[in-house]
Amino acid sequence: MSTTAVTSPIDEVKTTPWAGGRSPFSVEYGKMMMWFFLLSDAFTFSSLLIAYGALRFSSTAWPAADHIFQSVPLTSIEHGAPLVFVGLMTFILIMSSVTMVLGVEAGHRGSRKEVAWWMIATVIGGFMFLGCQALEWSHLFHEGFGWGKIPHDIKEFFPEGTTESAVYTQQFSNLFFTITGFHGFHVFTGVIINIIILINVLLGTYDRRGTYGMVEKVGLYWHFVDLVWVFVFTFFYLV
Amino acid sequence: MSSQPHTEVHEAHGEHESMSRGKIWQVFFILLGITAIEFFIALYMVPNHHIGINIANPIYIILTLAKAFYIVAYFMHLKFEKVGLIYSIAVPVIFIVGLILVLTNESHHWVDLR
Repeated sequence: MSTTAVTSPIDEVKTTPWAGGRSPFSVEYGKMMMWFFLLSDAFTFSSLLIAYGALRFSSTAWPAADHIFQSVPLTSIEHGAPLVFVGLMTFILIMSSVTMVLGVEAGHRGSRKEVAWWMIATVIGGFMFLGCQALEWSHLFHEGFGWGKIPHDIKEFFPEGTTESAVYTQQFSNLFFTITGFHGFHVFTGVIINIIILINVLLGTYDRRGTYGMVEKVGLYWHFVDLVWVFVFTFFYLV
Repeated sequence: MSSQPHTEVHEAHGEHESMSRGKIWQVFFILLGITAIEFFIALYMVPNHHIGINIANPIYIILTLAKAFYIVAYFMHLKFEKVGLIYSIAVPVIFIVGLILVLTNESHHWVDLR
């Protein structure tokens, strides 16, 4: 832009955020693309969850979550503790989201050591969540659930006064393993990406680059995984 | 001419509004509190017939959307981005609402088919 006192109207136009030459959203290209990827991923997850909702709405009876999930793996509690284990899983995932955002905050201050510690905590949280999910899955497999498989005796999964249905139990089982499996796959991917970022933090890659923007981008992905779990938790365990 | 310095001021301001550690823990306790309320409803109020499942389910969904707002707005920092980016992400969510309406409607017809 000219520094002369006379400014033509066309120069005025070029100073607006949308006139070109810089990002109108004032974010990095990679961060913007991460946002749009997450938007597309949100469509995928909502398609799965809405399909689950549609099948459940059209059913005449649906197995009750607090009849199916009432054990705590690794303990002797087999019955009568609904939501306890999934509550622990939810807490772990929220907690690892907090450590991630604390890592991003440390990155803004350029403190490599703090970022590294928070990333380690986030990776541990991710592994803990995956471990819990593996325990829950193997417990359900032992009960006889699976893709295309349900236990022989399904009466206990239906609330009193409703008729049991093998078809709806099977629909529930397939949808549960597909949706939590897809979410668990995202958690697993997130942990792998977090480990790569952690290694780069320890190697000082982002100090050389002068920005911890990458921590922020994987942070977005990690929070999204937490966000999806909030919905999976509500629609599979509460509603 | 005037918008250039203004933008820079705004960006510097946006940096200031970035999440402080205090704010992070505040959002964490909000999320934890909402989850605790959900557990209280699911484990105490519904089994003891204080409220029916027809009332509990909409409450769960409202609380879930509140949690989603706090995660997206604060943890994912969307609240502090440029308004253009906020709308680019928030407005397409209307397609999800559309799919909910379409498939809910569809599922009523599936009932008739059974």
